[in-house]
Amino acid sequence: MGISPGWDGRLTNNSEHSLPTDAELREVALTRDEYKRATDLLGRQPNQIELGIIGGMWSEHCGYKHSRPLLKRLPGDGDQVLIGAGEENAGAVDIGDGLAIVMKIESHNHPSAVEPFQGAATGVGGILRDIFTMGARPIALLDSLRFGPLDDQRGRYLANGIVGGVAWYGNCMGIPTVGGEVSINKCYRGNPLVNAMCVGIIEHEKLTSATAKGSGNQLILVGADTGRDGIHGATFASVDDPEASHRGVVQVGNPFMEKLLLEACLEALQTNTVVGLQDLGATGLTSSSVESAGRGGGGVAIQVDKIARRADGMSPYELMLSESQERMLVVAKRGDVSKLQSVFSRWGLHSDVIGEVISTPNLEVLDGDIHVASIPIDMLVNAPTYSFPVERPRYLDETSSFSKDLIPDVVDPTATFLKMLASPNIASRQPIYQQYDHMVGTNTIIAPGGDAALLRVKGTEKAIAVATDGNGRTTFLEPFVGGASAVAEAARNISCTGAVPIALTNCLNFGSPEQPTAYYQLSQAIDGMAAASTALGTPVISGNVSLYNESDGESIWPTPIVGALGILNNLEKRCQIGFACSGDEIAVLGAGTPELDGSEYLSVIHDVVAGIPKLVLSDELALQRLVRELISAQLLASAHDCADGGLAIALAESAFAGGVGVRAESLHTKHRIDEMLFGESQSRIVVSYSSGAGPAVAAAAATAGVPFFQLGNVGGDRLLIGPIDVALTDAESDWTNGLRLALAGNA
Amino acid sequence: MKAAVVVFPGSNCDADTLYVLKNLLGIDARYVWHGENCLHENTDLVVLPGGFSHGDYLRTGAMAARAPIMTAVRNHAAYGKPVLGICNGFQILLEAGLLPGAMLPNTSTQFRCEWVHIRVESLETPFSSTCRPEQVLRLPIAHGEGNYVIDHDGLSELQDQERIVYRYTTAEGIDSPDANPNGSMDNIAGICSSDRNVVGMMPHPERASEESLGSQDGLTIWESVLDGMGD
Repeated sequence: MGISPGWDGRLTNNSEHSLPTDAELREVALTRDEYKRATDLLGRQPNQIELGIIGGMWSEHCGYKHSRPLLKRLPGDGDQVLIGAGEENAGAVDIGDGLAIVMKIESHNHPSAVEPFQGAATGVGGILRDIFTMGARPIALLDSLRFGPLDDQRGRYLANGIVGGVAWYGNCMGIPTVGGEVSINKCYRGNPLVNAMCVGIIEHEKLTSATAKGSGNQLILVGADTGRDGIHGATFASVDDPEASHRGVVQVGNPFMEKLLLEACLEALQTNTVVGLQDLGATGLTSSSVESAGRGGGGVAIQVDKIARRADGMSPYELMLSESQERMLVVAKRGDVSKLQSVFSRWGLHSDVIGEVISTPNLEVLDGDIHVASIPIDMLVNAPTYSFPVERPRYLDETSSFSKDLIPDVVDPTATFLKMLASPNIASRQPIYQQYDHMVGTNTIIAPGGDAALLRVKGTEKAIAVATDGNGRTTFLEPFVGGASAVAEAARNISCTGAVPIALTNCLNFGSPEQPTAYYQLSQAIDGMAAASTALGTPVISGNVSLYNESDGESIWPTPIVGALGILNNLEKRCQIGFACSGDEIAVLGAGTPELDGSEYLSVIHDVVAGIPKLVLSDELALQRLVRELISAQLLASAHDCADGGLAIALAESAFAGGVGVRAESLHTKHRIDEMLFGESQSRIVVSYSSGAGPAVAAAAATAGVPFFQLGNVGGDRLLIGPIDVALTDAESDWTNGLRLALAGNA
Repeated sequence: MKAAVVVFPGSNCDADTLYVLKNLLGIDARYVWHGENCLHENTDLVVLPGGFSHGDYLRTGAMAARAPIMTAVRNHAAYGKPVLGICNGFQILLEAGLLPGAMLPNTSTQFRCEWVHIRVESLETPFSSTCRPEQVLRLPIAHGEGNYVIDHDGLSELQDQERIVYRYTTAEGIDSPDANPNGSMDNIAGICSSDRNVVGMMPHPERASEESLGSQDGLTIWESVLDGMGD
């Protein structure tokens, strides 16, 4: 390699530079103060390449400079945690039998706003690499999506493009997309959200670190050639208004290349010649080499002239910052390179030795004989962190003074019910998930459409449950409860399958932290997540932050998304959402008074976003423990989280899933009908059980101190829910077609 | 019985198929890499699994159909031994000329992953011999291009020679355009060669071979081939 042992650390092109202009600093997303800080730390002015490298590493996307102090509040410890947040590319937890689950969720919001298909596709590609870079085989994908209204062509273009991109990448890779959620609101019109989660499985001892250590070990770049695509992607994601940015920053995915990379990397790890493996994501070779070196405690020297490229005349700056997809950096034991390269070449992959680990803790970049950059690793991996002033948004005064007395109660409950069923946030998600291969891998026991997906773990009696959840409206109305309820709902979805939630990953989608009101939302939501994670015993083992989600000067709703993992020790003792047998009794477990505050009903029927959503964590914990206990005792025929749309919608969903009607016509209330039918208090689960099991269910609920209300029975071919009376097939047709027609522009 | 599951770059149902053959049915099943020139000695059954061979960036199956191993697969078929192509494997058999016709994108223009019902139309193949006449099987599909087409004479020939092995139907086994998930001509879900030993099908029997996955109907297809081998 080009670094001689006697090298004195001086740059070949170390001539004095003029101070960068404001425009040049903006290009690399650095402030004037940060530039000064960089100059001080470096002891000289950074040159243009160094400036780009520092800007990338200090971006929010890589450096978490605006969120790191807040993220420390999230609980990360637990008996089962093997690799915690921030340590590696993803977190890992023990699931017994010597196996570990590796998981992470990550955003690709800004690229998807500009080029929805490729933006979403490469989001999936990126999160997959984060998992197999740890040596784990990906076994499931989930996608949490937020779109603007589908009543305009651009909204449909973005939504259909994003779904198509997610489908294309996951399907081609052969990793099942088993879950996720979709929600639609006008706040996401110019800034849709694409949060992709991946779950992988591995034997403990095979967990691989993204570490570059051992001076003289060699760096192999394998996979796609390096092009000009995606330069400044990380900094692009860290400034507001994606529409204003240029298209050149969006990458183009190649899932076939990634499939080869996956198989080749997992095979390469079997050769025992790999010291570390790190994928190339945001800021490309820069962050992958720097972060690997940071973990190893040494430095790296990169010889950019050795990088295979797909465009002529690429500069060292472009080669270091390119975000071309489907590339991996392999740290190989010195002398074992050829063994690895033969594995890669069998899979048809090009690979080159492009550098080596050095003992000096620096990033050194060479272009042939020319030394073009030299920066201490320590300075790059420790981005400056900022705390901003917080200010409670003024709109909260208005939304929290909401009184339901201003809203008339429902007049025609059946018509309102059907309108709710067909509304885009409640209608069946099948038009989306039928485009995802959710069965490949033959582990999917509970497919999309339930509360959580359940995947068996071959070779054991176990299963894992996975779900994502998050509610922007709740977080907008009460940020602390929004953060807490994202955790509670995701965990509740897991518990409804019978699995015990054991770990979380999170993705925080917020507006500009420089706005005190947005920073308030972020800070409060994180506190809420921390409180719920602690209460439910589910540490956050990985995550991602996406700030500056705004367009035309308007922030999105603050949208924390939680991905949850649960473990079910005996696959046979599982539960699903569909009513099973005519004659079974139906009950709701959990908190008594449903409220209209922040409900889908208020939004869909009255166009009102107001109220104060509430959550009592001790109630939540008791409820989830109870439902798991009932499932484990095999007392339940179904369990379904009562969420968006309230009780009437939850009953309908269980009826559709089971293909059988509901007889709950005697359901009545002393209060408002709309509250009873469509109120959305947290911590409720609709269950069904044989009449013989009734006394045992009631007794267990009483012992657990969880409210228990009998609602009626399973049976017939109608939905009779209090005053609602409609044929099951008619209701199902509205529910089935609601989103399908909206996506097709025929709503 | 010895089975070979061919692995092309981009195959992604290879592991699922091997799992069923080896772990569930106890068959001596092994992978064969697409770049090999021959199958393992005494291979009885060849399965071309589903996936996106070569990314399906060209016509689906077109690149894989020209892989070195396909010469051996052709010879295997010429000896009258059973070959099954599932999904992308079916597409590869079409491109290789081992089966007639071609695939177009689904009429929805979207990828579809869902459960379908197929009716067994012919018991005279190694992959349907133990089915009941007109038995309805519940299997999943997962494809973007399963819209089977063939010219008029070709279709007549398939019909006359009873080479349409499976057709999409309702759960009750009734022909219906609504039961056709991709626009496939004559509701065709699977066909066989004129020698009847090469079968291509779009649905995935390997995904429906265990009750916990939602259906065991795929087992009858595997059991047919086992039965034919006298195992």
